[in-house]
Amino acid sequence: MAPLQLTAEILRRETIAPELIRLTFLAPDLAAAARPGQFLMLRVGEGRDPLLRRPLSIHQVTSNGWVQVLFKVVGQGTRLLAALAPGQGVDVVGPLGNRFAMESHGNHCLIGGGMGIAPLYFLARELERSNPPERVVPLLGARTAKELRPLADDFVALGLEPRLATDDGTLGHHGLVIDHLSELMASGEPWRVYTCGPYPMMRAVAKICREQGWECQVSLETMMACGISACLGCAIPAAQLDGPYKHVCKDGPVFGAEEVAWL
Amino acid sequence: MALNDLDLSCRIGSLTLQNPVLTASGTFGYGREFESFVNLHRLGAVVVKGISLAPRRGNPPPRVVETACGMLNAIGLENVGVERFLAEKMEYLRGMRATVIVNILGDSVEEYAELAGRLDGAEGVAAIEVNISCPNVKKGGVAFGTDPEMAASVTRAVKGATKLPVIIKLSPNVTDITLMAKAVEAAGADAVSLINTLLGMAIDIRTRKPRLANVVGGLSGPAIKPVALRMVWQVARAVQIPVIGIGGIATPEDGLEFLIAGASAIEVGTANFVNPRACEEILAGIGNYLETQKMTSLRELVGTLAA
Repeated sequence: MAPLQLTAEILRRETIAPELIRLTFLAPDLAAAARPGQFLMLRVGEGRDPLLRRPLSIHQVTSNGWVQVLFKVVGQGTRLLAALAPGQGVDVVGPLGNRFAMESHGNHCLIGGGMGIAPLYFLARELERSNPPERVVPLLGARTAKELRPLADDFVALGLEPRLATDDGTLGHHGLVIDHLSELMASGEPWRVYTCGPYPMMRAVAKICREQGWECQVSLETMMACGISACLGCAIPAAQLDGPYKHVCKDGPVFGAEEVAWL
Repeated sequence: MALNDLDLSCRIGSLTLQNPVLTASGTFGYGREFESFVNLHRLGAVVVKGISLAPRRGNPPPRVVETACGMLNAIGLENVGVERFLAEKMEYLRGMRATVIVNILGDSVEEYAELAGRLDGAEGVAAIEVNISCPNVKKGGVAFGTDPEMAASVTRAVKGATKLPVIIKLSPNVTDITLMAKAVEAAGADAVSLINTLLGMAIDIRTRKPRLANVVGGLSGPAIKPVALRMVWQVARAVQIPVIGIGGIATPEDGLEFLIAGASAIEVGTANFVNPRACEEILAGIGNYLETQKMTSLRELVGTLAA
């Protein structure tokens, strides 16, 4: 459906780990329209600096009209977003972009790194909600246990058994989240992979999926000014390098791993 | 007095616009991108993304970066080309009863003329805005926009190829913008629009790399408004043809400043990215202001800068 612009009331702001914020706001029309993989453009203040909206993937929506985003405080814009308090309004444009293509059968693997976990939770919920497939295995990685545990617990609450990895070894495997893929490879079965996170992680996932012949969907992030394909700032090179660029806001943010160039 | 008793119309050459709020090229796509936010027929005009003869793929990423109160872009004039524009984009705009101004760009005088000729008979095209100032593409653009003789020759070529009103969009990256304005006026331009983006750059000190793949890009947004306003004021005093003010207009108050400085109309650019409803909100605010000033027409306000 066509994107909306609305001022949504903040219902809750949680600091779930240092600098890791979960913002819940009331936007029933948006919640009803949103699908896993889509994103929002949030205005970060009334003023002119910082000027641009911030793109954030949708972390969760509920049937009572709540919408959640999850983000890390990394700069001026996210700091202002993190300062929003319940009762205040936030100017939102969305839902924007395409969605993960979901199947209700087979083996599904969700590979998230850091804030890339945010859209995968929405996906996991939707996969589990209606006609759940045989297997849904989340592989989740972050820098440290403090960041990863609260996010992983949400997947556990869905009845899933996430495999975990941290850079510092404080939770789960000490190392890369993709190391867990060896377990899936050993299963000898085909997997349908969805991934979102740091570029090197997604590139590695895409490579393994290509080698295994597994279908792989990647959710990409770029700088963008508008989110509605007016600025054309979010161009990325397509797999066919001399062809037209793809645009993350319109052609994505979810792409087949084979559609884009991995540089 | 009701708003619809106000005369907000303005003239650009032989073209009369119902009101002075236009979209700035490159910030509004081909119009349809804003279909859920803006009533296109209510705008003075939709100035579409710059069109070239052949499609262009644009610059490699990163193409945009946020800066203080603004942004830099080096999109590289990505566009679908004139044939696809006419075949695929115009029908929607006609259906929406939008007044359409097509922004054109080329690598040679001949290309500009050919584009203008191609648009001349196109149904629904109300005027042509000529981009002689985009600083992003290495050949072409920048030379036309910074050399008065080159700008004049493009103007003459375009005027010779079309009966449509021709607006020349000026670059601010010159020493004296009034020389450029006078040169294109003498060459037959029906109006000038200004300013295009200011050339700038940004560096990531962690990697010491430029933040744009193109290294340099065009600065836009509220950061450039004082410069734009000054140039509009200078040009409005230097030429007889209408001036369209562009540069960092985000609120009705911003737009009013340009009108007072002498602009007959304004284009809203980067603000569309921040607030997709910006154009209509600015238009409403301008109407309200005229009412509070007990004015009955926009013309009573244009160029009324007090001493």
